[in-house]
Amino acid sequence: MIELDGLTKRFGEHTAVDQVSFSVGKGEVLGFLGPNGAGKSTTMRMITGFLTPTSGTARVGGIDVVRDPVGVKEQLGYLPEGAPAYPDMTAGGFLKFIASVRGFSGEEAMRRIGLAAEKANITEVMLQPIGTLSKGFKRRVGLAQALLHDPEILIMDEPTDGLDPNQKHEVRRLISEMSGDKAIVISTHILEEVEAICSRAIVIARGQVVADETPAELEARSRRHNGVRVRLSGDVETAERLLSSDNCVDLVTRTEQADVLFCFAKPGKPIAARIADLMRDNNIAVQELEVERGRLDDVFRDITKGTQEMTGETPHV
Amino acid sequence: MSDILTLFRREMVAYFATPLAYVFIVIFLVLAGSFTFFMGSFFERNQADLEAFFQFLPWLYVVLVPAISMRLWAEEINSGTIELLLTLPITTAQAVLGKFLAAWAFTAVALGLTFPLWLTVNYLGSPDNGSILAGYLGALFMAGGYLAVGAFVSAMTRNQVIAFVISVAVSFALTASGAPLVLNFFSPWASDAVLDFIRTLSFLGHFQDIVKGVLDLRDVVYFGSLIAFFLFCNTVAVNRFKGA
Repeated sequence: MIELDGLTKRFGEHTAVDQVSFSVGKGEVLGFLGPNGAGKSTTMRMITGFLTPTSGTARVGGIDVVRDPVGVKEQLGYLPEGAPAYPDMTAGGFLKFIASVRGFSGEEAMRRIGLAAEKANITEVMLQPIGTLSKGFKRRVGLAQALLHDPEILIMDEPTDGLDPNQKHEVRRLISEMSGDKAIVISTHILEEVEAICSRAIVIARGQVVADETPAELEARSRRHNGVRVRLSGDVETAERLLSSDNCVDLVTRTEQADVLFCFAKPGKPIAARIADLMRDNNIAVQELEVERGRLDDVFRDITKGTQEMTGETPHV
Repeated sequence: MSDILTLFRREMVAYFATPLAYVFIVIFLVLAGSFTFFMGSFFERNQADLEAFFQFLPWLYVVLVPAISMRLWAEEINSGTIELLLTLPITTAQAVLGKFLAAWAFTAVALGLTFPLWLTVNYLGSPDNGSILAGYLGALFMAGGYLAVGAFVSAMTRNQVIAFVISVAVSFALTASGAPLVLNFFSPWASDAVLDFIRTLSFLGHFQDIVKGVLDLRDVVYFGSLIAFFLFCNTVAVNRFKGA
């Protein structure tokens, strides 16, 4: 439902977004990741028709944003970064304004405002000026604004930024609930969010797409993927020696706790069962054994730094 | 059209949701009144007309209208709401028009509230009300001209103070362009044709023609095309901001 075709934006000499192409289909929740200044917001601003691309284009629901920006804007709901809204207006007045611009009036407008307010959980602040609202409420007013016309395509720039953990959870639940029949793009740099709600993750750095896969696949890129943490009672040194010599174990490291070892697995080799067997055969008691799925933030750091090396210095455990 | 109306309504509500509207109207009326009665020697002239009022109005507008127009775009750019506004399903031209019309209507309200002057002059004598009406219409057009200039300047910056200062300067130059102050600047090097052209750009000249009671089509066309030109520039400025 969203197709990006060689989308490029230059500000003077600086190329903020460089030949970005991807597409997002119905039912997908795309997590758009990248360090600050990587071009996430600029890309979203081009898709939503706020910025005009230097070259390339984006199609939303089959409509070309360069040729028919208003047509695109009609189709999508957009929550800009920081959820800007007019501080002097009440939340209710603001939503009425949005409804009116979106072409709803009378009872239909009231019904939609009520529904959006309920979804975003802002019914109790509808009569307050937006300028007096807390950051969390302000964000949710922005969310209600984006949801008002029940768009099939939702684009949200850091929807949970600045919210407390409960509010974050609420917003994520809302996004998950809506995900079935919509195409949703969210930008974030909170990696747990990607694991929690996204069906796909695109990482961009220096304006270019550097990864496009599922969160699980991203995790699998981690050096710690399939790694095992074992808590032992007994001879830790012997255990370390034994484990190091196993041909599926890449590396064994000590941790802050004296009785815990971490074993890095060789790519594609689950080692939990082998370690358990090995310890039992050598009469070393295993207290705890935990398999790691990998750490997204390690992967994130690796690919956005452009180093891509998976065998650098031993990661801190 | 309905989108322009929606924007118009939002802007209008915004004026009266803050003290801006009330402060502006009160200051405008106090200044207009004192100019008329004290500096314009309304009573001493002993004539049943509003020339004392209209004579100072352009200068009042030079200072006060930029106070309205400065926020039109600079505020949206600075607070980021411009991103919200321009990702709603409207065109830039509609946004420009909606904002301008609301500001214009607001100045019309302020101008309309000077009606006690008209009542006074009708109580004291029997003025030519047709000529007074022409004066008011001329004032309205002139306010639109100042606003269009100010709206354009406001779209060029995110700083409202800069927008205000530049708008005042440009408005002043446009008002006084028939006066020696401005003409002397050009006369050493510009040809007579250019000087004539600059002279015809003066707000003052056209406004004074109207105040004399002659609502000439040329003066209306002058203000109309001036407004259209600056609103066009305004649209270009906003689109430039979008990187088009």
